[in-house]
Parts: sequence; structure tokens; C-alpha cells
Amino acid sequence: MIQKLGKWVDDRLPVSHFWNAHLAKYYVPKNFNFWYYFGSILLAVFAIQIVTGIWLAMNYKPSAADAFNSVEYIMRDVNWGWLIRYMHSTGASFFFIAIYLHMFRALMYGSYKKPRELIWIFGVLILVALMAEAFMGYLLPWGQMSFWGAQVIISLFGSIPFIGPDLALWIRGDYVVSDVTLNRFFALHVIALPLVLLFLIGGHIMALHEVGSNNPDGVDIKTNKDEHGKPLDGIPFHPYYTVKDLFGLGVFLFLFAAVIFYWPDGGGKFLEAPNFIPADPLKTPEHIAPVWYFAPHYAILRAIPDKFLGVLAMGSAIMILFFLPWIDRSPTKSIRYRSLAFKIILFSFVIAFIGLGYLGTQPVNYWTTLFSQIFAFVYFGFFVALFLVSRFEHAKPVPERLT
Amino acid sequence: MAEVPVNTARRRFLTGSAVAVGAVGAGFATVPFLSSFEPSARAEAAGAPVDVTVGKLAAGQMVTVAWRGQPIYVVHRTPKMIETLPSLDAQLADPNSQVASQQPKFADNFYRSRKQEFLVLIGVCTHLGCAPTYRPEVAPKDLGSEWIGGFFCPCHGSKFDLAGRVYKGVPAPTNLYVPDYIFASDDLIRIGVAEKQA
Repeated sequence: MIQKLGKWVDDRLPVSHFWNAHLAKYYVPKNFNFWYYFGSILLAVFAIQIVTGIWLAMNYKPSAADAFNSVEYIMRDVNWGWLIRYMHSTGASFFFIAIYLHMFRALMYGSYKKPRELIWIFGVLILVALMAEAFMGYLLPWGQMSFWGAQVIISLFGSIPFIGPDLALWIRGDYVVSDVTLNRFFALHVIALPLVLLFLIGGHIMALHEVGSNNPDGVDIKTNKDEHGKPLDGIPFHPYYTVKDLFGLGVFLFLFAAVIFYWPDGGGKFLEAPNFIPADPLKTPEHIAPVWYFAPHYAILRAIPDKFLGVLAMGSAIMILFFLPWIDRSPTKSIRYRSLAFKIILFSFVIAFIGLGYLGTQPVNYWTTLFSQIFAFVYFGFFVALFLVSRFEHAKPVPERLT
Repeated sequence: MAEVPVNTARRRFLTGSAVAVGAVGAGFATVPFLSSFEPSARAEAAGAPVDVTVGKLAAGQMVTVAWRGQPIYVVHRTPKMIETLPSLDAQLADPNSQVASQQPKFADNFYRSRKQEFLVLIGVCTHLGCAPTYRPEVAPKDLGSEWIGGFFCPCHGSKFDLAGRVYKGVPAPTNLYVPDYIFASDDLIRIGVAEKQA
């Protein structure tokens, strides 16, 4: 009976075809390590954000008069409201932790290289959309940091020559960040950008499943197939990697829950102290710092003592990522077989990124500015060095099969 | 049905012109959606003038009021503050207020105000829109021994003097804005009006 029903559906909808093409008969390299957990973890976090977001929207009021109080109402009076909000706010930070690690994986193993350029481009688009989504979401609690953070970021657009001031006005819909801005950010945060993200994630995964996953050896498993056309070094995603990813997800959720229950403000990094004060358009907090995941880009902005050039540098820090597949000219994918020079510049890049992330949250003084400038130089220098190193480097021989 | 030879050129023309007309229509259809992001009529209307009584504002003190949702700073400068203004010229980016967009004509003077002792500014940093803090004290620990009073932006470290003029080498590109205002009477400043009504 159940089987008959299943067949009836399958004749009308390609359920089993989908299951086989993307899970049961989708062959994946057998040597995935720790770094390959984050793709599925990101999907899970996305799902958590959607579900908790829907529940928050049931009690949140997107108006300057009510927003702050409605968030406090959720925290104090709505059953389990505190848990749902902490899941959402912690989820935002964990989203970025996972996406940065996921991108670092791609840098190490050359996962952006031919034929996976489009997967990488979809990925950077997801990062950009996620940044917009997080930025707009951060305005919604209408605390001091929400307000002044939005004021600063929207003013960034105002520094673009000629169209800037009108563009900033167009984004705000008012002469200052106001009720109008809050209301439209709510609409974009809960409908527009989640839809964009959904489509981009779809494109990212479709492009991935078209060419297949890279792996820590950077060896193409499709060149060595058995007589049935199955890759010799491949195993079906289901059940092998569904089980592995579920284990990884379990560990991840363990950490996630620990933060939600014992450390929901992340020591002032996930939820900033001034945001527990309602927005006051007449008074900027003494020290304004972005949430940690924007801090590296913010530090680059502050490092440059010119308004428009600072904005340009910050924008370039993201935009340059789109060109990575063509900046890196080495045919060798994995760090395992690449030169010492590559390892050194990648390591410097990571140090610079973390350093900028720290400095972006600190008050401005001579030393933070100096070090921000040095790290910003290293950040951009990585791409220049990579362009040169990858042209001349002597890579070790890459094995035929996975090791 | 009789076999009629297909006129591919005509098909291509019809398809092409239908696409072109459709694209123009779609283009026009985006106008209301993009335009609705602009400030609404209500947001444009909310800009009524604001009155500040400065009779009781002690010398050296600042009061903040809201006008068009923006903070407006009114400072009662002491004679000492006014005296020291010209001494900073070499450290400022635009000491003579040559960027005309930053102040109305009446404030195009070295103290940037209608009356020397009262400074009126829009308290929005010309860098990225934070509200600079009023730091009238001389040589505080965090701003260094050179500091003779002014405004300091906590966001990105821009510095302005007690006439809202920007220092060199800080992120803010221009002096702070001076809004339109008049003295409705000796101790009443009306912000948002350029000329006294006859």
C-alpha cells in the first residue's frame, strides 16, 4: 500500500531521481576531513535562523516607538521567547564563524579553482547577502548600537562621489535613520534577503553537484573510474557523509547550545552592551564598535584617513574575493602540494584577518591605526603575492589517486 | 493543413520587437518600486523650525536639541575660547570655511556663527554621521596636551575645533555643518529659518 503510493508519487514527481542524483548515488571523495563539516552546518544554521526568525516576527513590532520594548517583551513575557531570541542572535554569529571557516577551507584546498569558479562566486555572493541580512537584522532591536551602526554604514554609501548623498537618502527613506528605515529593513530582513539567500544557496549547491566536490588532496576523483563508471576514490554521499555530517552537526549544536545557555552575549561580542539602551538619535555611544563579524572590514575602513578611499578599500576587501579563481594561477589545488611561499602568505593572510577583526572592535588611537594599516596592507598584499607566487611556484608532484 | 514556408525573418522580427516592448514596459514598472524608497511626503514635511532659549546657557556650556531628527549643538563660547580660535589655523583642513556647502552665507566668517559667543552646529560628523562629543576641557589625558577644546568623534577619531572646523589628518573631510538659524530675539535662537520674516 505504502509502496504503491510511493510509486504513484514517483511517477508524477522525480523524488527518487532527486534522492539518487544528490544523495544515494552522488559520489564524493572518500577523504573528507574536519574542514568539510561546515557546508552542511551552514545549511543547518540557515534553517535555524529561518525557523527562529518566523517565531520572533510573531511578537516583534517594527516601529521606532515599539521595537525596543517588543524585544524586551519577547525576552521577559513570551513563553520561551528568550530562548528563541538567543538562538537567533547566537545563530547570526555562528553563521559567520562557519562561513569564514568554510571559506578558509576553500583557500587551503584550492576549491575555487577550475572547474569550481562559479561555486566560489555563488559563495561570495552568499557572503555579501548574508552581510546585508545581518546588518539589517542588527537594526531591528533599535538599541543604541543598532541605531548608530546603521547610521555609520548607511553614511558609507553617502561618500560615493556625485550619487552618494542621494543614494544614502534613498536607502534611509528619511533624512536620518528613522522609523521609516527600521520598517523597510524589517521587510528586507524577513522576506527579501532570505529569498535571495535561498536562491543563491540553491545555485551554490547545484553548481557543486554538477562538477563534484574537491578534496584535501585536490585530486579529481572522476579521472579514475571502475567498469561501472563509479569513481574508484568516491563513496556515495548517503549514507557515508550524511552520517559523518550528522556527527559534526551534533558537536556543533553542543557548542551552539553552550553559548545560548551560558554565554548568550558572547562577552559583549555577539550582543553589545550599548544595545541594551534604547536608540537615542541625539547621543552616540562613547565607543562604537561593529559586531565581531564586520570588525575586519571596519578596521580596514578606519585604517585609511580619507573618507571615500576608506570606503573604497573596505568594499574592495570583499570584491577582490570574486576574482580569486583568476588571481591564483597555480594548477595545483591543495596546500599539501603547494610551495612554502604559498603557506607563508596564506598564514599571513589569516593573521591579518584575525588581527583586523580584533582592532576593528577597539577604540581609535595611534597604535590601533598603525596596526590596522599594517594588517590591511597584508590583507591586500596576499592577493598580489598570490598572483606572483602562483605563477612561479614549484609545487610538489600531485598523486594520481587520493592518499 | 497546407505546407506554408516559414518566414523566419518575420518571426525573428516579431519576437524581437515583442521582447523590446516588454522590456521597456518592465523598465517603467520598476519606477514606482524604486521611487517608493524615497522619503515620503510626511518625512519631507517634518522639518518645522525649532526654538532654543540661550539666555540661561552658561558660558562654556552646550545644549543639544533635535531638529529634523538630527542633533543640533548650541554652544555658549567663553571669550577665551573665541580668542584661541585663530591660533589653530595651521592645524585645520579648511580654516577659512571655503567649502561653501558647510555653512550658510551669514556664517562664512572665522567664528562660523551670527554672534561670536553662540555657535550653532548640526551635530553629525561629516565622516560617517556619528554625533561628536563636546570636549571643552584643555589638554585632557586622552586627547593630548595640544587640545584646547573642541569636538571629538568617538566613532573614528575625527577632531573639530570650537567653531566646528575639522583638523587635518582625520577621517572627516569637511567642517561640521552650520544650519540655517536666526536670533528671533536676543536670547532665542530659531533653527531652520534662514532670514527674519519682515
